[in-house]
Amino acid sequence: MHGAVDFPLLSMLVLVPAIGSLLVALSPRRRPEYAKLIATVTSVGVGAMSVWMLRAFDSHSGGFQFVSRHPWIESWGISWHLGVDGISLFLVVLTGVLFPLAIVGIDPHNDDPRRDKPYFAWLLLLEAGVMGSFVSLDLFLFFVCFEIVLVPMYFLIGGWGYEGRVGAATKFFLYTMLGSAFMLVSILATVFIASANGLGRITFDLVELAEGASFAASTGRWLFFGFAIAFAVKVPVFPLHTWLPDAHTQAPTAGSVVLAGVMLKLGTYGFLRFGLYLFPEAARWSRPLWLTLAVIGIIYGAIAATMQGDLKRLVAYSSVAHLGFIVLGTFAFTSQAITGSVMQMVNHGVSTGALFLMVGMIYERRHTRQIADLRGLQHVAPVFAAAFTVVMLSSIGVPGLNGFVGEYLILIGSFLTARWWVVVAATGVILAALYLLWAYQRVFHGEPDEENRSFPELRWKEGLVLLPFIGIIVFTGIYPKPMLERIEPAVHDLIEHVSDRTGYVEPQPAAISIDDEHGEGE
Amino acid sequence: MPEQFIAPSIDWFALSPYLVMVAGALGLLVVGALTPRWPRGLYSLVSALTATSAGVLAVFIWNDVAEMGPGTLVGGALSHDAFAQFVTIAVCAATALVALVTDAEVRGTVLEGPEIHALLLTAATGAMVMGASNDLIVLFLGLETLSLALYVLAASERTAAGQEAGMKYFILGGLASAVFLYGIALLYGGARSTNLGEIVARFQSTVALERNDSLVLAGLALLIVGLGFKVAAAPFHVWSPDVYQGAPTHVTAFMASVGKAAAFAAMLRVLVIALPFHRDDWRPVIWVLAIASLVIGSTLAVVQTDVKRMLAFSSVSHAGFLLVGVEAAGHRAGEQISGDGLESVLVYLALYSVLVVGTFSIVAVVSRHAGGSTDISVFAGLGRRRPVLALALTILLLAQAGVPLTSGFVAKWGVIQSAVAERSYAIAIIAMVSAVIAAFLYLRIMVSAWLADPSEVEPEPVPAMTGVAIALAAAVTLVVGVYPELLLGWTDAVSNFAR
Repeated sequence: MHGAVDFPLLSMLVLVPAIGSLLVALSPRRRPEYAKLIATVTSVGVGAMSVWMLRAFDSHSGGFQFVSRHPWIESWGISWHLGVDGISLFLVVLTGVLFPLAIVGIDPHNDDPRRDKPYFAWLLLLEAGVMGSFVSLDLFLFFVCFEIVLVPMYFLIGGWGYEGRVGAATKFFLYTMLGSAFMLVSILATVFIASANGLGRITFDLVELAEGASFAASTGRWLFFGFAIAFAVKVPVFPLHTWLPDAHTQAPTAGSVVLAGVMLKLGTYGFLRFGLYLFPEAARWSRPLWLTLAVIGIIYGAIAATMQGDLKRLVAYSSVAHLGFIVLGTFAFTSQAITGSVMQMVNHGVSTGALFLMVGMIYERRHTRQIADLRGLQHVAPVFAAAFTVVMLSSIGVPGLNGFVGEYLILIGSFLTARWWVVVAATGVILAALYLLWAYQRVFHGEPDEENRSFPELRWKEGLVLLPFIGIIVFTGIYPKPMLERIEPAVHDLIEHVSDRTGYVEPQPAAISIDDEHGEGE
Repeated sequence: MPEQFIAPSIDWFALSPYLVMVAGALGLLVVGALTPRWPRGLYSLVSALTATSAGVLAVFIWNDVAEMGPGTLVGGALSHDAFAQFVTIAVCAATALVALVTDAEVRGTVLEGPEIHALLLTAATGAMVMGASNDLIVLFLGLETLSLALYVLAASERTAAGQEAGMKYFILGGLASAVFLYGIALLYGGARSTNLGEIVARFQSTVALERNDSLVLAGLALLIVGLGFKVAAAPFHVWSPDVYQGAPTHVTAFMASVGKAAAFAAMLRVLVIALPFHRDDWRPVIWVLAIASLVIGSTLAVVQTDVKRMLAFSSVSHAGFLLVGVEAAGHRAGEQISGDGLESVLVYLALYSVLVVGTFSIVAVVSRHAGGSTDISVFAGLGRRRPVLALALTILLLAQAGVPLTSGFVAKWGVIQSAVAERSYAIAIIAMVSAVIAAFLYLRIMVSAWLADPSEVEPEPVPAMTGVAIALAAAVTLVVGVYPELLLGWTDAVSNFAR
């Protein structure tokens, strides 16, 4: 049994970056190069551990693995309970891989080398928080990690961002904190109500709560919405998305990569882990709302992206659309769609992370992100353009690259239970091609003018940073099986849990041809 | 018929924290007057040590209480329970920190000398008596000891703002005391006693018809108004911004920590311990006060430009959080299993006292350097000039905002937990949302410290003792934030009070 390894792998994944952050903060001020060295060693070490975990993961089990459980705040029934399953596995690995790339590969551009120290300290603290959110199986611990990531991100945007950074950072902090305010009350209410209804004692343990407690329908719905507001802000789901374009655009490149790569997934992951798992009835009941908001997000994000003159803002709005797909898949309640959602979480992290990285490179060279100022880059930097093309096509969801697998699974899986929403959402795929190809055409095609003629080609170091991204994009696109077979058992268990609780029967593809009218009912 | 006066038996060891504090105050005054000026910092050290030893004695008494169970002292005048010791420890800790900070604040002025420390220790003794009082008259004595010393301290700086603050505080505080005293008189009329134990016993033994409820209710209302003034709960908070701003910063730190802790301890004694039979009468009032304090405190804090005023309003909003805990305690006050409300309020008080003293200490350091100005602009560029000080400020402000892994989060989680456990969802949600509004204010100070261009390039000197106080406050904030069990492990006992 893999879960019985003696080495406390998950605790290390959370604690090592936190300790690294502390070490960076304590490193001598006169030797700023130590800060980067410590940050590199720590993040690469965490990345290696996460990849090792991927190898050791038992792909046939849907339950939690590498479980680690210790008492923490016993007076309140809170424990240090960590575990990973197919849903969180790849998000943990993505976090482990993305951070060293962001730390090693992206130059923070500090005018004063002494500012490297807080920069790397905040990045490592962020990594600890994100890791903690993905592996915690205790509501209190999850809340702590979910909330603590705001602080480093706030300082990263505010301290190392672009012209409108302070406003964007404040907006980001307050928006997310507002969502969390409801979640905190909801977490407490869940725990107390659960202890009164069936559980008999106060515990914040997710598994015990999900398996042992039962809520009256109306209670469960209130509680679910308390959680859902926090996740919906984080994702972000359509009307709550307004913090995202600002935060993304103003954040430094590493901040944008991490924000798009893993932080937005805290929301979608939260929906799966804490929404569907804890409150299956409420999640089923509120399905039409989320499907509708998801589809609005897909179309709205795509249209808004088309209109942007700022390349970074365009990518930011494309995130709104892509995350709409993930929410759509989540609330479609079929194994295929949810598996697709989990895949899409990882794929979006890779492709959008890479897009932000490349936009950052363009800004570094030209000191502008305006599409109108750029043209003909393909002539002067063909390799750069080629790399951009691969990443862009992955973001569009072209078959053969990773973006296709997730989106296709979501659409085909949702078609059984949310047909008309899928019909609308599918146009989002076309719109994605429209805004990205159009932007590509304006930036890379044509004759370069005077200013763009000196655009430098992709450097070796930049290429090395991009290589893992492109490798994952191509590998997953061609051979998604290793990923799918690790995700599926956990998703299957989740659907089964929902079925047990709500009597919902997952429609099988064969059944719909006979009885398509009732295909989506219970 | 003349009764013979029987002197109550006195357990001197149980009274030792008060005796140490009073002896320290008197010693400072007498010895200080007879000897030439002491070497610098010694007055502060002596008063900090006095407060610390009183706190340590309280820990020993805590152990006694844990072994022998709670009781009363001096003929039922004072309680001998974990509640009282907890308040004493919190008050002593905050007083010791304030004493350390005071040194640099008064050095080189006419105030340098033993008097200010004697006043601090006296005020702290009053606060300790309030937390331990088992009789309304004793409670009033403690309140006046604390308040009279604080009036003098608030006006101790000979500036126009300081004098105005002192005057305002004196007049409004005097009014509040009068209202409170009138409340005691009416309650005495209804319950025939000022002793908390006898009041409860009377309610238990008489049927509702025989009680003089209207007098009790009128007294209760006046008591709540008086206590509302002292804790600075909206709408009785209007004195606090002016006084907090005008008073010398170390005195403001004392008011916000010890003053608030004592007033809340008194509120718990009066409402939860003495009047649980009227819990359904006072709980809605507390509910309204809590929401008013939360909303008014956090929204008005956001629009201020002076850091001390901001923190004054933020302390109103913290009072709102504490009232959420009092409200939660009100649901099952007087029952066998009474919930966590009382405990959560005391934990909040202890943690908030430490972090508010730390915050004001940093304000004191920065504003001294800027010639006394406490405008938010003087914090600009603090991160460049004094990164470690700015980091400490950030930790303390994040704690005030209730960010996880700080003690402020533990405090907030505790009161919200006890409110949710009593199904007071509305008040819990309003509290959390107003915490988000208040977070904007802490972010503003942090933005100024880290992200704004420096208005001043010369780094401010951090006096050694102030530095120690700030470091201690920040350390407590982080340690309790990461491992709350250190504190929570032994606070369960506080709900086992005596009356």
